[in-house]
Amino acid sequence: MAVIDRAADSAADPQLAAIRRERFLKAALPICTGIALLLAWEFGVRIFKVPPFIAPAPSDVAMVFVNQWPLLASNFWPTFYESVLGFIAGNTIAIMLAVAFVHSRTAERAFFPIAVFINTIPVLAMAPILVLIFGAGLTAKVVIAALICFFPTLVNMVRGLQSVSPQSLELARILSASKSEVFWKIRLPSSLPFLFSALKIAATTCVIGAIVGEWVGADKGLGALILDSTFNFRSAVLYATVFLSSGLSVLMFALVSLSERLIVRW
Amino acid sequence: MGLDLSAAGVTPKAAVLKRASVRFGQFTAIEDLSLEIEAGAFYSVLGPSGCGKSTLLRLVSDLVPAASGSVEVLGKTVEEARLAREFAFVFQDATLLPWRSALKNVELPLEIGKSRGIRLPTGGRTPRELLELVGLKGREDALPHELSGGMRQRVAIARALVCQPRILLMDEPFGALDEITRDHLNLQLLNIWQETGVTVLFVTHSIPEAVFLGQKVLMLKARPGRLKEVVDIDLPYPRLIRDRESPEFIRYASRLRDILEQC
Repeated sequence: MAVIDRAADSAADPQLAAIRRERFLKAALPICTGIALLLAWEFGVRIFKVPPFIAPAPSDVAMVFVNQWPLLASNFWPTFYESVLGFIAGNTIAIMLAVAFVHSRTAERAFFPIAVFINTIPVLAMAPILVLIFGAGLTAKVVIAALICFFPTLVNMVRGLQSVSPQSLELARILSASKSEVFWKIRLPSSLPFLFSALKIAATTCVIGAIVGEWVGADKGLGALILDSTFNFRSAVLYATVFLSSGLSVLMFALVSLSERLIVRW
Repeated sequence: MGLDLSAAGVTPKAAVLKRASVRFGQFTAIEDLSLEIEAGAFYSVLGPSGCGKSTLLRLVSDLVPAASGSVEVLGKTVEEARLAREFAFVFQDATLLPWRSALKNVELPLEIGKSRGIRLPTGGRTPRELLELVGLKGREDALPHELSGGMRQRVAIARALVCQPRILLMDEPFGALDEITRDHLNLQLLNIWQETGVTVLFVTHSIPEAVFLGQKVLMLKARPGRLKEVVDIDLPYPRLIRDRESPEFIRYASRLRDILEQC
């Protein structure tokens, strides 16, 4: 028995090592590619003597993160708040509307075409209107970020709430479950995987919404800093801001993915 | 099993159908079906596809209404019987809620309707004991996707038993399982039936399964669904897998096949 066990162990070991190696390669490969691209960029800029206002070297961009961090940070937080508030508002409204749609065909018929219509307006075209309505303050940006989150969540949540199998509903009927029991015990949990795939989209698009809102009218925020640094040819600051914006999206996405992994365990 | 009563000339009935019909739009699934289901008996339900086997179970369990005729379950209307949790249903696929553990799935019927005064049984087997009964001790916390198809179906059976139903309606519950698992679950089901005295209506496509399990086989015919014949299977319990090779068993099976071909 012991011999067999040991044999099984040594058979499992190389397998485990192989899995580990593969996992390492999977993580290392994109990192290496990224570093190689940065190096190519750095040397390209230096060798061809590209003027810094056209394209800064990565090292210049890195210096901005070190030397001008307070400037970046003071513009990061407003965009962060706008994105998060927009994310919460847009998704909350979308979820509530989806629940209403699933319970009432009339509500769906009345509001769904309007939701589609709003979704077809390009966010860049809608932003000025919203800034005119809500002023240049926080509200307009939150509304834009919310609008951009809203539609994917609405569509996915409706599908999720309807994804319950007919047999599950028969089971509920045999147990004489009430409408609210069906909703809380069956429909809502069934919809969570759908909801999270929408929230992952919303996590990155809400940042886009906030930045677009800032382009139309703001003196603070990553969007405002992007415009400001472009017009003043501070390209290193521009690039640093772009990286920071992408970092904000990644952060939001990571938070949503993490909560998905904790909540949707099936 | 109601033997005392039958001696007095009254066999208690689990369900009585009188000229019951079920229609889906223009389509007649069941027509003029009259049937008495004896309490405590094990019925296999057999017939060609489209003969209304599943519809019969759904009619008894108040999932589809009778277009005409009447259906009584334990002397009550189907709705009263449903509210009293007199019957439980086991579907072809286990229909477990994927986010609930095996134990939580078995507990589901006890959570539903508690606040609305639906009769919930007390003093029966606990969900944990039921999982042990179906051979899943130690897997209480497993999520459905961590269990095999046979295990999931056993969780579904435990869930069906948790409210101590008097009628167990099973719609091809083992149809999707491999033969070995199916044999094993057939034996387990017979044990549960003999121990609890529950009335079973078991829909199947398999003639051997129908003979192996049932005391009686309800043969239905298709287009429209009607009762063709009720065949008594006089084979003693406990039945063993190897009994399926016995001459009597084979005689019953070929007789059912003959009837099926006329349907």
